[in-house]
Amino acid sequence: MSLVRTLETLDRRWIFLIVGLLVLIPLIWPLPLPLTVSRRVQGFHDAIESLPDGSTVLMSCDWDPSGKPEMQPMTRTALRHLFSKNCKVVVTVLWNGGPGIVDEQLRFVADEMGKKYGEDYVNLGYKAGNEAVMVLMGQSIASTFPRDIRGGVTADYPIMKKVRNYSSFPLLVSISSGYPGTKEYVQQVQGRFHIRMIAGVTAVSAPEYYPYLQSGQLLGLLGGMAGAAEYEKARGESGGATRGMVPQSFAHLFVAFCILAGNGVQWLKRREAHA
Amino acid sequence: MKREFPLLVTALIGFFMILSFFVPHQAVSVPADFLQVCAVIVVAFGYVLGGANALRVNFDAIYKRQPGWPYKIVLVVSLLAMVIVGAIEGKGFQGEGTRFTWMYERLYSPMSATMFALLAFFIASAAFRAFRIRTLEAGLLALAALIVMIGRVPIGDWLTGALPPNLRLSAIQEWIMDNPQNAAKRAILIGAALGVMSTGLRVILGLERSYLSGED
Amino acid sequence: MAGSNAVRFARRAAALAIGIALLAPPALAQNAPAGPPSDTTSAAASSVLAAPAPASGLTWSDVPNDAGRAVDLQWTASPGEAESPGSVTLYVIERALLPGGPWSEVDSVPAGTLGRTDGTVRRNTDYYYRVTAVGPGGRTPALSVTGPVTARSHWFNDTRWSVLVFIMLFFAFVMWFVWQAQSGKKPFVRRIAGIDAIEEAIGRATEMGRPVLYVPGIQDIDEIQTVQGLIILESVAKLTARYQTPITVPVAYPIPFTIAEEMVKSGYLHAGRPEAYDPNSVRFVSPEQFAYVAAITGIMLRDKPAAHIFMGSFFAESLLLAETGFATGAIQVAGTANVHQLPFFVVACDYTLIGEELYAASAYLSGEPKLVGGLKGADLMKILIILLVVVGCALETAGVHWLTEAMRAQ
Repeated sequence: MSLVRTLETLDRRWIFLIVGLLVLIPLIWPLPLPLTVSRRVQGFHDAIESLPDGSTVLMSCDWDPSGKPEMQPMTRTALRHLFSKNCKVVVTVLWNGGPGIVDEQLRFVADEMGKKYGEDYVNLGYKAGNEAVMVLMGQSIASTFPRDIRGGVTADYPIMKKVRNYSSFPLLVSISSGYPGTKEYVQQVQGRFHIRMIAGVTAVSAPEYYPYLQSGQLLGLLGGMAGAAEYEKARGESGGATRGMVPQSFAHLFVAFCILAGNGVQWLKRREAHA
Repeated sequence: MKREFPLLVTALIGFFMILSFFVPHQAVSVPADFLQVCAVIVVAFGYVLGGANALRVNFDAIYKRQPGWPYKIVLVVSLLAMVIVGAIEGKGFQGEGTRFTWMYERLYSPMSATMFALLAFFIASAAFRAFRIRTLEAGLLALAALIVMIGRVPIGDWLTGALPPNLRLSAIQEWIMDNPQNAAKRAILIGAALGVMSTGLRVILGLERSYLSGED
Repeated sequence: MAGSNAVRFARRAAALAIGIALLAPPALAQNAPAGPPSDTTSAAASSVLAAPAPASGLTWSDVPNDAGRAVDLQWTASPGEAESPGSVTLYVIERALLPGGPWSEVDSVPAGTLGRTDGTVRRNTDYYYRVTAVGPGGRTPALSVTGPVTARSHWFNDTRWSVLVFIMLFFAFVMWFVWQAQSGKKPFVRRIAGIDAIEEAIGRATEMGRPVLYVPGIQDIDEIQTVQGLIILESVAKLTARYQTPITVPVAYPIPFTIAEEMVKSGYLHAGRPEAYDPNSVRFVSPEQFAYVAAITGIMLRDKPAAHIFMGSFFAESLLLAETGFATGAIQVAGTANVHQLPFFVVACDYTLIGEELYAASAYLSGEPKLVGGLKGADLMKILIILLVVVGCALETAGVHWLTEAMRAQ
């Protein structure tokens, strides 16, 4: 069988194997690669950095385990950043598969930084209703989430004493991997309640939010694992996202190679046919 | 009346919610907020309906020994286990250290992440198989794709580090994303938004009524 | 009348005087010096911090375009902020129904912040406000009280008038062309290859004796794309009934599931073959994204449908569906308005409906004049938007901003 025919009918499992190795090997033997912080990520960083110490911030973590590789690093870094400024964080989750994994991140970072549940942070858990929940929060957060993820009464927590609705927060941080998420918050909340907003989203959906950045509705944006890695660099940290940059780089190079190789095979095939 | 009444309700509530966007007065905003709360409750009840449906369909399939029926037993057992364990745990069932959380972290979470991880492999195979450059436009698309793919990761700057900053791959990909990509995306979004409005208007006015039931 | 005005004025003046009389002694007492320091206490006295100077100039305005639930408050900082930094740590906003109190704390802001919106007021109710400067040395209320402050409800949000104009125009265009189409002037609609390919795909499945797989998207009925996907399903079901090809419709949510059942049943009814309808053709799967896609890929690999039709809202699962579908050798037609998934469908499917082509599909397939008329109305609206974009860009380039400002909505 000619090389062209072999490549044309190549079992895609060979491609899967190569991708697997390209991702696995750099994870075991990391390589350093330069990272530049883009202005979108810098905007995200600066929006949190400019908060007065001790502010209470609303963080909506709308993702579930499927989005973990991209969302976990940015969630953890953002929480560390907020806690380092002694900010208090009120967390909501609008994805039904999300509360558990979001709580895991909160506990991880809070334990690391010695923060206390109910005083420094609270996880209000999941509420069904998508955009309707976002709009209801504009009336009262405590009424929309009467109990938190641990079953306690929301209004009884010290952190919630001064929290009423969106006007109680100087900043909304939306970490989202789809619907409902950042886009719905921009459409339903940002313009209506005039709250400053930053977002962390998946790489595939990040371009969708560039118009909101340009219009000033979003002050900063983290796009996927690369955005999370840049944010870690801006914070002087080196976490999961930074470690993931080399495997991601190799995977991207391989996909680029696949595009060129696939077309090369077709070109060779046409040449053989003409010959 | 079977079709007319739902159409009338749809029209009234549809126009009322549009009105609530423009009229902040309590005569409109208070009922609109009430309708939002109703929407939240209906969505929540939808899950109850969904669970009951899932059980009904799968019990039926198991009883009739349809193809793949052993897997349906696994599905039903998993569904009931999560619901029963969660109910036993009570209010704080998603808290740290509960059995529900154990099942979530050890079963649901890895499975969900694994399915999403499949995308990385499928993208590579789709790129090899299907991304064909047959026309000038496809060639430009491929060029932009290559620049953006490599420019968005650190290796792009590493490869073009010797060039001036605004000629490096990351700068070029940022220009592509900020300008032509943004413009095209906005155009598609505007078109899609008009499509949404058009469909919504057809539904509200009852021009589009096939979703109610099939009989005219 | 003059007499009653005078009485009203006198009452208000008296109320204000009472308020000042109640406020002044504590304020003055807090600011009063502690008496001449003795020899033994002079060192200690000089280290006791003085209460901060009061804030002043509290003004209010009704928050516009709301239901009378909020007022904006602005004040001038305490001189202590500039003169002795650290002497003021907080400003506490207090509110009462009468100028003399009793006062309740509404909110507090850190020093440096000179404005706050009170969103807890009741509409058409008179309130009185004062701002108290708080620091390590104590609390100092402002020397005057501001009021009466009343929040009023508004009937129209005037920042959204441009949106209203657009919506009215859009409705007018659509209704005009619907009326025209119903009068016999059906507008021309260009061919949409993806929609034409649906019948071709079903025909191919019939020839191969294999079923058709139809996926109406992954979202619930509140998403318009799902509504559209279900509307198209009726036309597809009609075709499959006519060609006597089985159809499988896996659905993610309960409400679309019941509607999908109705659509398929209706399709078979309109094709004149109600007896051929199989109740098991529509299956409720799961709202969980990857459980749903696992079930669909399972159907693809086991049942091997010859035609896959994806019409609706899709997210990350789009490439999983399309690539797995390709591996089975099926012909694939997709349509979605989720822009971030379009590249995957374009690469992996034979035909793709992009954005609003999905919304045009039901009109295109049914050919009903009133639906096709709606398409033309939307197209005319698009032309208007293009003109506005061009004019707006030209004006902005020339430094003229009135159009952009006029179009800005909140």
